Parts: sequence; C-alpha cells; structure tokens
Amino acid sequence: MAETNRKVKIAVKDLTLIFGKNKAQALDMLNKGHSKTEILEKTKCTIGVNKANFEVYEGEIFVVMGLSGSGKSTLIRCLNRLRKPTDGQVWLNGQDITKETNNELLETRRTEMSMVFQNFGLLPHRSIIENAAFGLEIRGEDKESRLAKAQKALETVGLQGYENQYPSELSGGMQQRVGLARALANDPEVLLMDEAFSALDPLIKSDMQDELLAIQEKVQKTIVFITHDLDEAIKLGDRIVIMKDGVIEQIGNAEEIMTHPASEYVEAFVEKVDRKTIITAESLMFKKPIVVQYEKDGPEVALRKMRSASLDVLPVVDKHKKFLGFVWLNDLIELTKNKTQKIDEAIKTEVHSVQKEFTVEDMLPLISGMRSPLAVVDEKDGRLEGIVSQTSIIIEATKYDKTEIKDLQEQAKELFKWTK
Amino acid sequence: MDKVIDLGKYIEQGINALESNFSFLWSAIDEGISWTVDTMNDGLLATPFWIIILLVAAFAYYLNAGTKSFTRAGFKKGVGIAGFIIFGFLLIYLMGYWKETIQTTTLVLVATLIALLLGIPIGIWTARSKWADTLIRPLLDFMQTMPAFVYLIPAIFFFSVGNTPGVIATIIFSLPPAVRLTKLGIQNVPGEVIEAGYAFGATEKQILYKIQLPLAMPSILAGVNQVILLSLSMVVIASMVGARGLGSIVYRGIQQNNVALGFESGLGIVILAIILDRITQSIGRKNK
Repeated sequence: MAETNRKVKIAVKDLTLIFGKNKAQALDMLNKGHSKTEILEKTKCTIGVNKANFEVYEGEIFVVMGLSGSGKSTLIRCLNRLRKPTDGQVWLNGQDITKETNNELLETRRTEMSMVFQNFGLLPHRSIIENAAFGLEIRGEDKESRLAKAQKALETVGLQGYENQYPSELSGGMQQRVGLARALANDPEVLLMDEAFSALDPLIKSDMQDELLAIQEKVQKTIVFITHDLDEAIKLGDRIVIMKDGVIEQIGNAEEIMTHPASEYVEAFVEKVDRKTIITAESLMFKKPIVVQYEKDGPEVALRKMRSASLDVLPVVDKHKKFLGFVWLNDLIELTKNKTQKIDEAIKTEVHSVQKEFTVEDMLPLISGMRSPLAVVDEKDGRLEGIVSQTSIIIEATKYDKTEIKDLQEQAKELFKWTK
Repeated sequence: MDKVIDLGKYIEQGINALESNFSFLWSAIDEGISWTVDTMNDGLLATPFWIIILLVAAFAYYLNAGTKSFTRAGFKKGVGIAGFIIFGFLLIYLMGYWKETIQTTTLVLVATLIALLLGIPIGIWTARSKWADTLIRPLLDFMQTMPAFVYLIPAIFFFSVGNTPGVIATIIFSLPPAVRLTKLGIQNVPGEVIEAGYAFGATEKQILYKIQLPLAMPSILAGVNQVILLSLSMVVIASMVGARGLGSIVYRGIQQNNVALGFESGLGIVILAIILDRITQSIGRKNK
C-alpha cells in the first residue's frame, strides 16, 4: 500500500501528558532526558504519555496496543482532550486540538469525533433509540431528525426492533452495539474506541470485531482503537502502535510487528499471539502442485502422475487453470478397469476451496469430516493457486513453536511431495 | 469552676443582632409560611374528607399498578396500599382527628417542600465542588446532632409562637438527608457515563440535567422520603411552639397524662407516616 499518498487525518506531535502537581518541573526534566523514576522521585509526577508521535491516515483502523498502565487510554483521551495534554500537539483537519477554545472543543467533539467506551457508558434511564440519539441531542438537533438518524445508526449495527427497550434489558454485546450506534449517529469523521470490546466475552467479542470490520467497509471512518489484546489488534488494525510505560515502542502493520519486533517487549507480546488467526492459506500452501489437466489427461495419465508423486489424490484443473475438483486413486483404478477415456466420473467436486487470505482458524472447520486437502483458488476467476494439506493446517492449529512448525512442514513436504 | 468562655452569650448577642437588624426578612418569611400553610389547610379542610381519601388512594394505586391499572396483575400490586390508605384515613376520621391530621400533613408537606428546594441545590453544589462540600458538611452534622429542642428557642425568638417556628425547626432538622442523598446520588453516577457526556460535547449544564440528575434520581427520591419521615418525627416537638395538628394532641396527652388521647393521636401519626412513606417509595420505584 502506498501509504505516503494517503491523507493524514490525525497527526500527533510530541504528545506528553504528566500526572501530578509539579508538571512544569517534570516536563523540564523529561526534556533534559531524565528517567521516569528520577522524575517520580524528584517531583512526585508520573508520566502518562511520553512524547508520542504518530499519524493516523484517513479511513484506516489504527490500533493502539498496550497493557494496563501503558498509557494507551490516556493517549486516546488526549485526542478529544478529555485529558489535557501537558505538552505537544494533536492536529485534526489542520486544527490543533490542544489550542482550541472551549467552544471550538465542544464543536469538535460534537461533529468530528465520537467515542465508544469499554463499559458502554449508556444512560440507563433512556431507551435504546434515545441513547443512540444522545450525541445529536447534545448538539441541539430537533427530535424528529435525531430520531431518524439514530434509527439509521441502529439499523447499521443490527439493532432494529430494540428501539424502545432499555440498556439493562440488553446483553453486553448488544449494549456495545448501542454505544457504537450512538457514535455513528453523529456521523463523525473519527471514531475513538477505548477497549470497546474488552468487557465482552470471547465469542461475542469476535462477533463484534467482525461486525466492526463489516461496518467499517460501509462507513469508511478513521478509527483509533485501543486494546490490550494483540489478537484483536492484529485482526482489526490496518496499522498497530505498541505502547509501554507511555512510550510508543513500535508502529507498523501486523505483519511487520510479527516478523520484525522492534524491541524485546514487542517480541514478548508477539510470542503469545494465537498464530491460528494470522497464518494464512498463502503461507501454508504448496505452490505449483502437480495437477490433472481435465481436457488432456485421461485416467491412465492421471494414475501415472499420482504414482510418480506417490500420492493418492490430485487436483483437477481446466485449460484456464480453473479448479474443478479432486480425483482419488481408487476411483481412477475403477475407471481404467472399465476402459473409460474421460475422468469426469472420478472428479469429486463437493470439496472446499479457500482463498489466500483464509487463516488457519477459518480453514479448520472446513477440514473436519473430509479426507481431501483444501484447494486455494483465486477469488475472481477460480484459478488454482495451491493446495493446503490437512496435516499442515492441524500442525499450525496445535503447535506454536516456530522451528517445530518448520520441521513438521519439511517432513510433510517430504511425505506428500506436492511440489515437483 | 467558673465559666471562662461564655460562648452562649456571644451566640445570643449574634441572634439578637440578626433579629433586630433583619426583622423585615423574618416577618416576610413568617408571612410567607403562614399564608402557605393556612391556604393549604383551608383548601384541604373545605374538601369533603372522602374525596381526599379516594384521591390519595387512587394516586397510590396508580403509582403501584402503573399502566396495568385495569388488569388483574395491576390490581394485585396496587390494592394493598390503596386499601390501607382508605382503612387508615377512615379510622383517623372516625376517631375524630381528621382536622388535626390535615394540619399535620400540611405542615409536613410545606416543611418538606422548602427543605427540598434548599437541600437539592445545595446537594448538587456540594457534589460538584469540593470546597462547598468542606464548608457544608460540618454544618449538616451540626444540624443533625444538635438536639431539635434547641432550635425552638431562636425560632420563637424570630417568629414568635405558631406554625412558622414549627416549620422552620422542622426544616433545619430534616434538611440534611436531602443534601446528603442528592450529593451521594450525583457522585455515584458512573464516571464513564459522565465521560461519555463530555466526549459527545456536552456542556456542564447538559451533564447536570441530562446525565447526573436523572441518574441520581433514585437517591434523591430516597432523600425526599427521609425528609418527609424526619419532618413527621418533628411534629410533636414543633407543637411545643404552637404548631397545630396531631403533635399538639400528643403534647396535650403528655401534659394531662391522658393515655387514650396520647395513643389515638400517636397512632394517627404512625398511619400518616406509613402512608407518606409508601407513596414516596412508590414514586422512587416507578422512577427506576
């Protein structure tokens, strides 16, 4: 992606936030390069955010990841000035938010940025639709138009029919949908999501992540998403920032962070990641597998190809390399006994095909109860791009150690000889 | 030992100065309260007793049954309190204390109304300003722990005998819970909800009216309930400075050592207390 061409939506420059009374002295010490503990001893001030610099591009999901106390929640609150930064700038649409007057700030919060909270922050005495319309009410829209917009937002998050219920009558996941609808109803340019899914149980959490991605596809907002969960960061983030002790440790996309962790801290994180959700079909598949040519090859030729590769199953493609199905050894033998010239009868077409982006987690359910491997095909023209064996999926799903996986993959390759 | 610090004397001098310098204020307060109490009293006593009983019973029934008023489930919920109100008030009426009960009710309602008008804003103020809280809190402690009889002395001094000093003493005694529970309710509003308000660009006023007060309402209503009950507990004391109503009959019962009189009027106060308590609690429940 040509990121340099993308429009910068939020630019954060040297953002620093210090907690405590003696901020000026602490800031001075920080600028002179004193350590956090020195500053704490001398001034009794703690550093919430330490000279953060980053840019968020228009239309991306920008994830800030860190453990509790890393300053990520403080950082996101500096973006809409729920906390006033001690030093530095936050630029949004060419305007420095840290220098805005109170009225300008209200306007920014009302029109340009909306926030979604960890524990939803809904008003228990208001119905769902009134909650969704809250932001519009605050900025003074008349009842009719705000309810119409809130209704639309509720439909976007899949909550139509719940308008007149109350938050306490809804499950956590649904309450957070209301929180999301409330933010979307304002139609802001930027969505700030503070641990938005962290209070939900894992299954609902995963659903909500999918939902957010689907909604983002439609609305194309700039989203700053805070989380302590690296799996979530990887799933949602176009780019990820990793924070520790108020300092930004690394910025990059998931792949960069996984493959080139910038510090030991990041590395320690990455090791714990559930690889099922990152390893894709593309990295697992055997490229250029031996194939049976549907138009050219009869049963005898197919059998010969199998024997030479010592395999009992092969994919069938047409002359445009479009994937048609798999043929199995025993079926071919049947055909040769009957002296059949074509292989049509032997092709098993009821098999799963996947695309390169499918993760191990996506593929696992597809192989259960099946004998055949998975064909990786092009989404558009159905061209066969590779084959993923069941063994390699299972290895990936159960093993986490890098070298072990590599060894097993080597063994599998030896065993199946998919490549020529 | 001799008296070294004559604090009482200074207080007395202060009170004297207040009385003589602001007499226009005291007479205005006196007139305002007397007029309100008398008008309410006359209005309620001019209304036939059974209309009042039925209206109160119907109101309580509706509070409990709500939108299901005309269904079996609603009837089950509301019939208890409505029945008690009819039975209790009829008993009072038949014992011959209807007039005194109305007088007491008026006194309690006026005192409660004024206590709330003062207490809720003060509660909001102390919830939002630490400085105000440090200032007000010891004052509230003082008001609650100082024996209620003590208020009567300056109250007579300012307003002479009658309903007004009774109402004033009652207000002083019953005001603190209104302040405290309002403050508690506002402070217990989850921080995230307030933060959400600010994040959507709410002004301080919008935060107060759209978030803090509605969410604090159950607590504020609990305060209202407390104010009413504390006011009722003051009626006997208030009668010592000339406030009319059931309290004065209890007081007479004490003076004449008349068990029958004391028991009947005491029972009247209990019935009134239960009815007012249940009604305010129903309002609180409805609000949740």
